[in-house]
Amino acid sequence: MVSQAVLTEVAATAIEESADTRKRRRGRKQRTERGGKTSIGMFLCIAPFLVLMFLFSYFPLYGWVYSLYDYKPALGLEGSEFVGLQWFQMLVSSPTQMAQIGQVLLNTLAISFLGIATSVLPLAFAVFLNEIRAKWFRNSVQTLTTLPNFISWVLVYMIAFSLFSSSGLVNNVLTDWGLISTPIKFLDTDQNVWLAMTLWSIWKGLGWGAIIYLAAISGIDQSLYESAEIDGAGRFQKMWYITVPQLMPTYLVLLLLSIANLLNNGMEQYYVFQNAFNKQYIQVLDLYVYNIGMTGNSLSMATAIGMLKSVISVILLFSVNWISKRVRGTSIV
Amino acid sequence: MTAIAQHQARRSGGDIVFAIVNYAVFGLLVVICAYPFYYLIINSISANDISALGDVRLWPIGFHLSNYEQVFQLKGLPLAAVVSVGRTVIGTVATVLASAFLGFMFTQERMWARKFWYRFTIITMYFSAGLIPVFIIMKNLGLTNNFWVYVLPWIVQPFNIILVKTFVESMPKELQEAAELDGANIMQIFFRVYLPNMTPILATIAIFSAVAQWNSFQDTLIYITDQSLYTLQYLLYMFINQASSLAAAAQDAGGNLGAIAAAATSQTPTSIRMTVSVIVVLPIIFIYPLFQRFFVKGIMLGAVKG
Repeated sequence: MVSQAVLTEVAATAIEESADTRKRRRGRKQRTERGGKTSIGMFLCIAPFLVLMFLFSYFPLYGWVYSLYDYKPALGLEGSEFVGLQWFQMLVSSPTQMAQIGQVLLNTLAISFLGIATSVLPLAFAVFLNEIRAKWFRNSVQTLTTLPNFISWVLVYMIAFSLFSSSGLVNNVLTDWGLISTPIKFLDTDQNVWLAMTLWSIWKGLGWGAIIYLAAISGIDQSLYESAEIDGAGRFQKMWYITVPQLMPTYLVLLLLSIANLLNNGMEQYYVFQNAFNKQYIQVLDLYVYNIGMTGNSLSMATAIGMLKSVISVILLFSVNWISKRVRGTSIV
Repeated sequence: MTAIAQHQARRSGGDIVFAIVNYAVFGLLVVICAYPFYYLIINSISANDISALGDVRLWPIGFHLSNYEQVFQLKGLPLAAVVSVGRTVIGTVATVLASAFLGFMFTQERMWARKFWYRFTIITMYFSAGLIPVFIIMKNLGLTNNFWVYVLPWIVQPFNIILVKTFVESMPKELQEAAELDGANIMQIFFRVYLPNMTPILATIAIFSAVAQWNSFQDTLIYITDQSLYTLQYLLYMFINQASSLAAAAQDAGGNLGAIAAAATSQTPTSIRMTVSVIVVLPIIFIYPLFQRFFVKGIMLGAVKG
């Protein structure tokens, strides 16, 4: 559910948030003490919103008890059988279940690691785009490459479908040029599924991912470049020894966040691209939980898996945050 | 002298090669990103029998706009458009106002247990109960097959609240102090003094939330089975994946799927898919350059402050 876009933004502000609060903490405390009376009225003004928040974010946590039952919606929780840790035991004892969840985990981690491996691309994009002098060209590139970020995965799939299906543009062109005689199956195949998913993510997110680095580049002190020029540094030396190191803090925060989100690929992309051929390799955890819970009706099993995923994700986030504190001196959450 | 001149010439020669390669690579990236949109558009305005054969590649052939009339005769499409527009408008207004109000209120030092409630709100960004528990809660709240499932869960967005709070903290404290001296209460201060001055950050939030609302597909998939609440995104997904429902829809719209080489304006699966896609993407293409400056500013706001 957490999109790359949001992550990027969160990263940007998260750094500032922690720095900001720390900076202000002292001053604020003094003011509160001086201000005296606290206001219950103000709290009541925001209470309705807190109720919404509680209903949609906290209250569902109670639903984790479903993982201890054999929950049947028709019977309700009272009518359903209490099975204790049966679902969790099944995860580690039933060979078929283990094989399935193993494959799902493999897909999840493979796609996440491919995402991490390609996370330098937006940085490179920004560094090279910054070297383009013509402002109109730079702005057009930025506008047009950011556009895919703002369309839905359904539309991305529609584009994939019209370009890469067996009667799609690419196959038509290749046939017309006499390069192939039978259409290549780009979508209905179990070959290179992870790679294809990564490429679509890059297509959608590259331009947008670069914006944060472009913003950072515009904040770099120009005198660094000037003094480097006096020392005789060439274009590539300036890019490599000034621009790239200046972008590293931002890159590191994003990298840490993507590690914290190893298990959270979201399901939308994989759901729309899913078909009978690629199902084995495209099922990431989020999609798997949907598939077995909503279509397969094993609500309790799906809850159990979702719950483990949530717990592991929170642990990952805290670990990454701890690393960040040790290495960089600031937290990221 | 000659040595220096040679050196400079070589360097500028290298520069030219670099520039050419750089421009070429970015040009190629632009084509890869933009051409698919162009492809959808030219196919939706070309003769339907030719576009169905996949022969419309570089420019429209047999230009006509009747697809855009006919597609609205498809069963369910006008209603889906109303639902999509409705959720986008109502959802966006709701979350913008709520974010503005909450972001502002969380700067009020006098609020009872302010820090606790702020953390209570922000921390929800970092955990999730999971798909199934949330689904069951929605069901128990009566929000499945209910239009309000498109709006209510979106209202309180922690990240937007952080943005507004940071923005308000950057405004001069004197604004509020002066209004307080004039006897304004907290609501008046919010609506009369702060809200009108928050436009840049609220515009950023509005764009993001409108785009997210318009693009949302997953909530229809999970919570909605009632066809009258389908959104355009969901309908498009069905049109791509369910040839049977599309064939029926095309029949309704007066097409003839049996013979591909029917008249240039009768509906084919391709023409319907292309046209609906363009209808889905067009609002974004139009709104997007207009507001680009806002979201760049919005991110900068976060990035520059530290």
